[in-house]
Amino acid sequence: MRSLRAGRLTYLVLGLFTVGSLFPLVWTAIAASRSNTRLAQTPPPFWFGGNLGRNLQVAWTDANMGTALLNTVIVAGTVAAGTVVFSTLAGFAFAKLRFRGSRLLLGLVIGTMLIPPQLSVVPLYMLIAELSWTDRLQAVILPTLVSAFGVFFMRQYLAQALPMELVEAARTDGASSLRIVWHVVFPVARPAMAVLAMLTFVMAWNDFFWPIVALTQNGSPTVQVALTGLGRGYIPDQSVIMAGALLGTLPLLLVFLLFGRQIVGGIMQGAVKG
Amino acid sequence: MTDETAVLSPSAAGSKQPAAEGGGRGQVWRSRRYRWDLRWSPYAFVAPFFLFFAAFGLFPLLYTGWAALHQVELTDPDNMTWVGLKNFTRLWDDEFFWNALRNTVTIGLLSTVPQLAIALGLAHLLNYKMRGSAFFRVAVLTPYATSVAAATLVFVLLFGRDYGMVNWALSAVGLGSVDWQNGTFASQLAVSTIVIWRWTGYNALIYLAAMQAVPGELYESAALDGASRWQQFLHVTVPSLRPTIFFTCVVSTIGATQLFGEPLLFNGGAGATGGSEHQFQTLGLYLYEQGWVNLHLGRASAIAWAMFLILLVIAGAARLLRGRGASR
Repeated sequence: MRSLRAGRLTYLVLGLFTVGSLFPLVWTAIAASRSNTRLAQTPPPFWFGGNLGRNLQVAWTDANMGTALLNTVIVAGTVAAGTVVFSTLAGFAFAKLRFRGSRLLLGLVIGTMLIPPQLSVVPLYMLIAELSWTDRLQAVILPTLVSAFGVFFMRQYLAQALPMELVEAARTDGASSLRIVWHVVFPVARPAMAVLAMLTFVMAWNDFFWPIVALTQNGSPTVQVALTGLGRGYIPDQSVIMAGALLGTLPLLLVFLLFGRQIVGGIMQGAVKG
Repeated sequence: MTDETAVLSPSAAGSKQPAAEGGGRGQVWRSRRYRWDLRWSPYAFVAPFFLFFAAFGLFPLLYTGWAALHQVELTDPDNMTWVGLKNFTRLWDDEFFWNALRNTVTIGLLSTVPQLAIALGLAHLLNYKMRGSAFFRVAVLTPYATSVAAATLVFVLLFGRDYGMVNWALSAVGLGSVDWQNGTFASQLAVSTIVIWRWTGYNALIYLAAMQAVPGELYESAALDGASRWQQFLHVTVPSLRPTIFFTCVVSTIGATQLFGEPLLFNGGAGATGGSEHQFQTLGLYLYEQGWVNLHLGRASAIAWAMFLILLVIAGAARLLRGRGASR
């Protein structure tokens, strides 16, 4: 690792990047606290106004934000939980268990990452229409419940973090594979599972293409789908749209505030090993 | 497991080996179960991935190819008429398809090239020893937590023609305002900006991780040879990162090919046309328009396969390039 110290210029440039990264978010809040008329004036507002409560309320009712947020929590939570459990199981098998065809199967898992999701959208839509799942949350949850990236991520982690002796010792004690998973693998994998859960949660929360195809706004939309509805009025109220955007973003920003360092660590960890 | 359950199990009763002690039958059953467990549980552990992938990935993938050879309407998906390659030949003569392909390429270049270049520089800065490095890392990653929808809606306002902040700033420094939604280049640049904003920090962290794996001796010997910091960056950091750079290029290219949410919402609720002149309609958006606005699922499938073929060509080209780079 390098240990060159940062000069003032580094701080300055990083400071500018920080402003650039955070400014659109802060300005979302500023715009959400103003009125539509004020947003249609120059210069644009640089500080908060007094309309935040009213705009949040309108966005909340117009876009049915309560339901949308609840739906999104359900979707993102289920997808994260499923991805983590299935990925850990498969990652453990690929990292530590010997079985015929394991290399080929792992190759297949990685190969699936190359397939663009758009390629499957049309028949997937026909499939869920056939099952009468349109507008139901399982239409969004089930197709994204497993992730090739997750399997690979957990495999790489467990290959390093789980000593083979631990698995063998448990076997000698007569533990079944399932018991080993529960009492040895899960505890060892917990840090990586937490990171994968957060990454998957963020991705599922922000997913756009498939939900907008599978869910309509009248049924049970996710936050992202509900947000597109806010902008569709004849004369859209921009301050209300911004309030909606704020509502859809705040929960994740809170997650980031709490676990930002772990998420950063997780992305970097996945990057080095991937 | 206790012996009790083993004894209760019927299959243990058929064992031929005589039991030396009371627990013998249970032991035979246990060892058989042990072997069975050892042999099959790996498959059970990887099965969920493959089951879900088969149902929601592989089957649709193949079916898309099938649907692309039919005329299918969204309103009546069971009613498929075989039309052979007509969807594809039609695409070939479709100026909107070529327009969308062109836009996808230009927006892809406008967003990917600056994004990765900035990310590389940003990672270099984040690699210095400094106070608050954790804060800076989280701060530049924050846009990653913002959804396409929220980000695009904000940028639509920032890029507004009459009252947008970008134009206000441009006028303030005497550059005059730009019609960010209607100019072809301007609108594509604006759409690219959203992509760059959301993904630069993420890529910077990936580069940073790779940079931290570069051995320090390389820098020390370069410094002994009198290399400046910039030369070290150019001649040590960048070559060491080549595999990572290649990886991010592939991932960003795949992402750029599928660009959808930004151009959809940048249109300000006016549908999937990608602007009044289709000036920022991407392939992903065109697929959506054909399938879910015009209800032609067969044509949408053909676009999907065209996108896949384009990706394969890019992947092949990247492989060639990489092979050449590695042999050097």
